[in-house]
Amino acid sequence: MLADFGFGVLVLTFLVALFGIAAGIYGYSKKEGRWVESARRAMLLTFPLVTLGVLSLVFLLVSGHYEIKYVYEVTSSTMPLYLKVTALWGGQAGSLLFWSWLMSAFASAVMLRQWDRDREFLPWVAVVTGATLAFFLSLSLFFENPFARWWQTASGEVGAMFQSAGATPLVPPDGAGLNPLLRHPGMIIHPPMLYLGFVSFVIPFSFAIAALVTGRTDDRWIRITRRWALWAWLFLSCGLVLGMWWAYDVLGWGGYWGWDPVEIAALMPWLVGLPFLHTVMIQEKRGMFKRLNMVLIILTYVMVIFGTFLTRSGVLSSVHAFAESAIGPMFFIFIGFTLIASISLLIHRWEGLKSEVPLESTSLLSREALFLLAAVLFGVIFIVCFSGVVFPLASEAVVNQQITVGPPWYKHIVGPFFAGLLLLMGVTPLSSWTYGTLKMIGRSAWKPAVPALVVPVVLLVTGMRDVVALVGFTLAPFAVCVTLYEFGRGAAARARSQGENLVVALWRLVGRNRRRYGGYIIHIAMVMMALAILGIELFQTTTQRSLATGESIQLNGYTIRYDSLAQFTYTDGRMVTRAVMSVFKDGKFLGELYPRYDLFPDGQPMTIPAIRSTLADDLYIVLVNWENISVLQTPFKVFHNPLVSWLWLGSLVFIFGTLVAAWPDKDPVAVPATMKAGYGTSPAN
Amino acid sequence: MKRSFLVLILLLVLGAAWAGSASAQQPTPSDDQVNAIARQLFCPVCQNTPLDVCPTEACHQWRELIRQMLAEGKSEAYIKQYFVDNYGARVLSEPPQVGFNWLIYIVPPVAFLAGVFLLYRAYRTWPRMQKESAPESGSAPAAKDEYVDRLEEELRKRR
Repeated sequence: MLADFGFGVLVLTFLVALFGIAAGIYGYSKKEGRWVESARRAMLLTFPLVTLGVLSLVFLLVSGHYEIKYVYEVTSSTMPLYLKVTALWGGQAGSLLFWSWLMSAFASAVMLRQWDRDREFLPWVAVVTGATLAFFLSLSLFFENPFARWWQTASGEVGAMFQSAGATPLVPPDGAGLNPLLRHPGMIIHPPMLYLGFVSFVIPFSFAIAALVTGRTDDRWIRITRRWALWAWLFLSCGLVLGMWWAYDVLGWGGYWGWDPVEIAALMPWLVGLPFLHTVMIQEKRGMFKRLNMVLIILTYVMVIFGTFLTRSGVLSSVHAFAESAIGPMFFIFIGFTLIASISLLIHRWEGLKSEVPLESTSLLSREALFLLAAVLFGVIFIVCFSGVVFPLASEAVVNQQITVGPPWYKHIVGPFFAGLLLLMGVTPLSSWTYGTLKMIGRSAWKPAVPALVVPVVLLVTGMRDVVALVGFTLAPFAVCVTLYEFGRGAAARARSQGENLVVALWRLVGRNRRRYGGYIIHIAMVMMALAILGIELFQTTTQRSLATGESIQLNGYTIRYDSLAQFTYTDGRMVTRAVMSVFKDGKFLGELYPRYDLFPDGQPMTIPAIRSTLADDLYIVLVNWENISVLQTPFKVFHNPLVSWLWLGSLVFIFGTLVAAWPDKDPVAVPATMKAGYGTSPAN
Repeated sequence: MKRSFLVLILLLVLGAAWAGSASAQQPTPSDDQVNAIARQLFCPVCQNTPLDVCPTEACHQWRELIRQMLAEGKSEAYIKQYFVDNYGARVLSEPPQVGFNWLIYIVPPVAFLAGVFLLYRAYRTWPRMQKESAPESGSAPAAKDEYVDRLEEELRKRR
């Protein structure tokens, strides 16, 4: 009954979204404000409707209605309540409904904004968000119905919404349960974050399309959506970092990033969204890069859909799986339609999107030029990632040869480009809008360069001869020192001109220019993450040995002694095999670590590494369950991962920086006009 | 004399036995030696899982095969080729540089050149800065003022 209700609500939402699209187009073409308003209200209605559908499914999940196929697949009676609720996005059908729910939330939220000044955008924002929502709802309704029931037929068990002739209802006594690998806090929050990032990028895209259709291609659409884009990018970044944490904490291969196509699927919108966040500033300031910004936001949206397609269609396991999956071709058609429609609009408005002719001269080392260079570097990394993901599929389809494009290929190619970006993070803040010369940058650069050079000099003196490491550990401190220097001289300049003390000046400087200084905080966070990447990529060491109790492994100054092994059954039925290891460094006892291997009742294994983290390094011990474990000979794999903690610390700083940059402003109208012209008193960006 | 002959025979027999056992028991390759090769190979069954960390039974056997081949004195290149011959090019972490695969090695440099070309085109359309118009030829205090001016100007523009 509840399943019928949930399904019915989704059908209704689908119709409402279709109506919203039609009303938007009709209202725009006939210049009928009433129809446009009707489209707005239709989109407003989608959120409460999909919420009813989602609540129905959550109730079915929590109350153990295993006659529903999805409930059977992702829950079981032994699972705790919070896992039953989060199983909403633990499988294919639920994930797609969850996507629709978030999309409807964002579509409704954007409809609630004040449209007085930009009402011409409204119908097309309704059309684009409505079309995206309708597409995902159609997947739920026609292909991956989360409310489908189990039926017993002559040919076996089938999942379907309605009873067919000869079928009898089937009610399994218990569910199959969620994959244990997904029962991790990182994996529970990871998909919602990623999806939030995905759907919030739909909003800037919808305004971009509205700008293209209406011809209002000035920077208005960017000013409206820049904060949406920042939030989208924050969510996407959090999703990526949570995924890395999960991989590091659960998968037991000693790292956090494996250049897996699923990971890259989430990275690609991030890679094109990031230059977009930078180049929109130039359009706002100087009317340049209008075409580039359009291309970037269209590409970001397409990558959002493409990323979902890659992870949801099964295409990654094999091209043939794509052909067999019902939703794969649907995604393909939708992406194709989006590309054709967007590119046609872009071509239609191409001349109108010409950069306003720069009145002021623009030198090759100006901030604009360096931003453009950074965008190109990001673009190349994006193309590398895209081709790395797509090529194995192309190879299988064209020459019927399965190949792997693995980490070494990516690392060799993207390394120099990331180094270039690190250098640009150091140099660009020292340049300025419209002009910049080597002499000017050099004059500003020497002060931050001196403390930054301490790091590589110390490394050289202590015997470091790895060129890549020396370059990395020169560029990273330089970028940090430049950023801190920018804070310092900005605050000093303000303190002088406003007669404030330095702390107050710094506080107000950041508070009133949040986009810029939030951005700088993000730069610092990026460098912290770069340190971790350099540490693990260049200096990770590992060893594997089978030990008898009392024996030890030595690695990079650590001695890890195997003390004992225990096996016991946990309350949820899983069999836990747990080793006790004593860790020593230079003869000093540091503590015990407990690498584990859990075997779930359904036969699913899970390797849980024991990790000892410090700012300098991580000691990461895996009980190698895939080799034969016995009390006499227990195989252990130990990783020494330098600097990894900086990745997690960097991500916290990164969230802080993005919040600083993206936090909503007070109403700018409230700022007295006389204040606006003054130093540092303009409303923040 | 007879006794010393017997001792000689015994020594020879023991020596031969020792030599025989030494040649039959080459030191077993360590897990690290096996993993050094296994980590460069991808599990032929699972998706995108390096062989050194793949928990399947098949991969366990393949690692033992590597160990056995190493014990037989086979080279790294030989072992990798053995896996390619038996399970296809997908076991390699990078596609071999032959035939259709060349495409993936060409894409990155082409993308980079296209980027450089786009940069060149964009830069060419921008008016060049005239030396005399460059507002940055002052002394150090002037430079500081210039920084304040610039910052103020940018903050004002941020509206």
